[in-house]
Amino acid sequence: MDTPNLETKEVINSNIQMEPTVMNDTTRRNADNLEAKGESGLETRGVHAWFDKHHALADVSLHFPENTVTGLIGPSGCGKSTFLRLLNRMHEFIPKAAMAGQVLFEGNDIYADDVNAIDMRRRIGMVFQKPNPFPAMNIGENVVAGLKLSKIKSDNKDEVIEDCLTRAGLWNEVKDRLKSPGGSLSGGQQQRLCIARSLALKPDVLLLDEPCSALDPGSTLRVEETIVQLSESMTIVIVTHNMQQAARVSDYCAFFLSDGGPGHLVEADLTTSIFSNPKDTRTADYVQGRFG
Amino acid sequence: MIQDDLVPQHRKLVSSYTLVDRIFRRVITTGGLFSLVILGLIGAFLLYRGFEIFSDFGFSFITGEVWNIGDPMDTSTAVLGIGAMLMGSVITSVIAIVIAVPCAIAVALFIEYYSPKRLRLILTAVLDLVAAIPSVIFGIWGYAVLLPIIEDWSVPLERWLDFIPIFSVPSGIFGRSPFLAGVLLALMVIPIVTSVAREVYSQAPRDLIDASYALGGTRWGAIRNVVIPFGRSGLVGGAMLGLGRALGETVAVYLTLNLVFDINFRILGSAGGNVASLIATKFGEATEYELKALMAAGLVLFLVTLLVNFMASFIVNRSRKIL
Ligand SMILES: Nc1ncnc2c1ncn2[C@@H]1O[C@H](COP(=O)(O)OP(=O)(O)OP(=O)(O)O)[C@@H](O)[C@H]1O
Ligand SMILES: [Mg+2]
Repeated sequence: MDTPNLETKEVINSNIQMEPTVMNDTTRRNADNLEAKGESGLETRGVHAWFDKHHALADVSLHFPENTVTGLIGPSGCGKSTFLRLLNRMHEFIPKAAMAGQVLFEGNDIYADDVNAIDMRRRIGMVFQKPNPFPAMNIGENVVAGLKLSKIKSDNKDEVIEDCLTRAGLWNEVKDRLKSPGGSLSGGQQQRLCIARSLALKPDVLLLDEPCSALDPGSTLRVEETIVQLSESMTIVIVTHNMQQAARVSDYCAFFLSDGGPGHLVEADLTTSIFSNPKDTRTADYVQGRFG
Repeated sequence: MIQDDLVPQHRKLVSSYTLVDRIFRRVITTGGLFSLVILGLIGAFLLYRGFEIFSDFGFSFITGEVWNIGDPMDTSTAVLGIGAMLMGSVITSVIAIVIAVPCAIAVALFIEYYSPKRLRLILTAVLDLVAAIPSVIFGIWGYAVLLPIIEDWSVPLERWLDFIPIFSVPSGIFGRSPFLAGVLLALMVIPIVTSVAREVYSQAPRDLIDASYALGGTRWGAIRNVVIPFGRSGLVGGAMLGLGRALGETVAVYLTLNLVFDINFRILGSAGGNVASLIATKFGEATEYELKALMAAGLVLFLVTLLVNFMASFIVNRSRKIL
């Protein structure tokens, strides 16, 4: 399953260990960043999540350095999606849901009273597990749906559509049928359409919840390439059950686990370390497929 | 290429029912057929009793606007037509739907997406209660309370809008107008349309609503983008259901509308019509021949209502299939 992407990542990552000083513009690749409490990127401090009385997630502190890909891995039900939805305040749409702790975006707590959650969500985009293009809209309209929802005027809609679809790796497949409904695409194409839709708002962070779980290997690879490309200009957090995928696309990995109680973070590190040299035996067991 | 004689023979695909299934099937089939039979019998009865009228007047029974039994001893002197009444039924119902549908959409969206839980329970209960109020109560209330209010509104409305023919009132008499009857019908129909609208809106797919929020949409954005398009065809079905009710309403219209046998489109003036209340008005002292005409009028109304309901269920079904 080796892909060029994996190699690129490894080259970059091994570069860090060998000559960290060369990476001055990409200090983001430095492992220390995971603990660094910077003004940049996205950071959580001791976040908890509840669904009514059910304590689903406990005390997660993580830093997502700017322009990196972080994979969230862990067995089903350990709270990965819950954690992801905390990062752009989608958690609050669930009745009786509650949270504690802080989520800092560029140094500001997104749960602070004076934060406009709507504007914040425009900057922290999200792609869901199940492709969900708007059925009442055609492909082009789907791409600019976020602009319409945000009442952002755009004089060059066609350019935005082409640009976003190109970046999502879908342009060549759909350029001749932008007027057909979004639902007429294959699952993999729909998922890339959803990615394009998020890109139209020019987010700084993109949250992806198992974006490839419904896709065939070919489409998966396309989406992964897209993710790697996008990470040059935005911070990406991706939930995945696919260990190879985590290895291929992510710079960092965070392993979550729920052993009876609420889900919590077991360890987070450079992806290479998580896979080759994890500190916790449970992480080793999980990434090697011994449980979960 | 597969040759014809090589195509394998198709197997029979039937599942056999268990005894319980078969009994249940019988019972519900009987029930379903029974209601069809009743419907058919009503239609047949009205046709049988009113047939003479259709053969005497033909199509002019539906279009004519005169209702004159002439010499009670000589049926050939009678001129009977329900055109004005039919037109009136349509006008009052359309007014009712035009008012009721936006209100119902607003109420349904509020209940489903904005209202706190407590208020939601109260509102739902109130709507159910309103739906259960007998129409004669609506009629009396409409006459005693709503009429003066509508009259107060009609006068300035006429003054500002009388360049539009439907709003002009040359007679200068307001009062028991199609507008009043329409508003009253709207109030009676709102609970029905609202409950259908709530039903469809509550089924709007959660993942699409989430997608709208994740794209920086407001609640209203999500509603406009996802919920309303999703509910559109279901809502049309609900509106048709309300239209059926408004078309058939008798007592409330009888009390709030001045029946005048003259086709007119002036909704604010005190003159209008409605087939159902025509029947109620004339039924008591009708001659034998007039009675037949009322049966015929009943048949026309029956068919119109049936048509509207069929269209409603067709549209609702089609919207289900799309999903
Ligand atoms: N809407 C909800 N209401 C109540 N409990 C919920 C809800 N969503 C998730 N939970 C609970 O929170 C816990 C974490 O769920 P979550 O969906 O975050 O897991 P996950 O790690 O994403 O799992 P998966 O890999 O299967 O997607 C689970 O115990 C789940 O039952
Ligand atoms: Mg999940």
